[in-house]
Amino acid sequence: MPLKRVVITGMGAISPFGRGVDILMNALLRGESGVRILPELADIRGIRTRVAALVPGVDPGEIPRKYRRSMSAMSVFAALAAGDAIAQGGLSGEQVRGGRFGVSIGSTIGSPRTTQAFFDDFRTDNSVERMKSGVFFQIMNHSCAANVAHMFGITGRTVAPAAACSTGSLAVGYGAEMISMGKQDFMLCGGADEFHPLTAATFDIMNAASTRFNESPGKTPRPFDRDRDGVVCAEGSGILLLESLDSALRRNAGILAEIVGFASTSDPESIANPNAANIAHCMRQALLDAGIGPEGIDYVNAHATGTELGDIAESEAIRSIFGDRVPTSSLKGNLGHAMAASGSIELEASVEMMRRETLLPTHNLDHVDPLCASVTHVRKVTPRRVDTVMKNNFALGGVNSSLIIRRFRQ
Amino acid sequence: MTNQQIIERIDRSIAEEFEIDPEEMKPEKTLFQDLGLDSLDIVDLVIVLETAFRFKIREEEGIRNIRTLGDIHAFVLQKKNELESNPR
Repeated sequence: MPLKRVVITGMGAISPFGRGVDILMNALLRGESGVRILPELADIRGIRTRVAALVPGVDPGEIPRKYRRSMSAMSVFAALAAGDAIAQGGLSGEQVRGGRFGVSIGSTIGSPRTTQAFFDDFRTDNSVERMKSGVFFQIMNHSCAANVAHMFGITGRTVAPAAACSTGSLAVGYGAEMISMGKQDFMLCGGADEFHPLTAATFDIMNAASTRFNESPGKTPRPFDRDRDGVVCAEGSGILLLESLDSALRRNAGILAEIVGFASTSDPESIANPNAANIAHCMRQALLDAGIGPEGIDYVNAHATGTELGDIAESEAIRSIFGDRVPTSSLKGNLGHAMAASGSIELEASVEMMRRETLLPTHNLDHVDPLCASVTHVRKVTPRRVDTVMKNNFALGGVNSSLIIRRFRQ
Repeated sequence: MTNQQIIERIDRSIAEEFEIDPEEMKPEKTLFQDLGLDSLDIVDLVIVLETAFRFKIREEEGIRNIRTLGDIHAFVLQKKNELESNPR
């Protein structure tokens, strides 16, 4: 069975900079930080980090109540981003509802805010008498995917991959494979997450959350920097519209990029700590999938979250494959780590870097850690044409993912 | 609370919960067709009324016969009367 080529024809982003891919890119090009002090973290006993990158000023009111009632913040982010991706793709409602259109959108967990609200109420008198009908639809694992499918009348497949920080990339990769195999013509793909102190605490208790920049939030996280001290949690959603090249050409759609390679591998060495050899294995598998060698990659968009171990492991893995030839940067210095959304938001920025022929630097990379110095870091906004980009994500739980996108050519 | 105050409280609670234009809150309006509610909303409607009036109605047979906003008014007024004449 010949595999179909898969292209990206629409993108929507809800990020700590607001709504829209252009707003995201303008902030990244200006070197802005979405990280802020979150005063309420000071009220939580035992948590040391005080900063996060939250989505500002997104109005869920444009989503009709009938759909909004089953959405928590993460589904609102996903639905708005999905709508923007569909709009950019120029698809009509009939095309979206046509039966060959699916959804592959994941989150780390179901809504932590709704889960907390339910149990706060439940524990007051051990009663479910006040439980509203929308609770389950917000805390179920496929909440974002199902809500997006419901809102847009999508009748194809609904899948909700979940692999923490790799979720967004996995969702895109699996969606691309479904189109490639001819199972679907279109897929809305990506990740979404909403901030909750539980997420920050998860990293904090493992000494992997940033705690030394609580008074200067714009200075953290610091991927690859010698003074990095951990993750800053964020929220948002990145949703991409994928479709078969045949479909895109048939309807004369604007093609933003082609997805040419994808790999996901498990890392059984540790459920928490990344391993350079296993990361490299994932990247090599993606190259094999794309049918290209290391020389075919022009830029690596790193996962690099600003943790001590993760950044070193990824640097070693990149060096082991590419040497010091390929410019590399991480966008988490600007964006923080939006967990399930990080991969797809960063993929969108990577698509735009390719289109704009401009590489974005790693924000807060003032002094490269000698242990991360074996790769070529992008240190400032750099005009440069790149045609093929590798996007990495590595997750707690030991799930690695690498995507390869390419400038479209016939 | 007078009957009129009860009716106003019902209308206000439902309009807020389901984001309905207060002008639409007329007794003859049907819940499903006119006000756009569905079966999931009825689950929440019961909770809204139970919270507003501090009574339990989920198991009441009479709920199944409600079709219009006016039916809710009558149901709640009757329930309030019952509770006031047979306080527990």
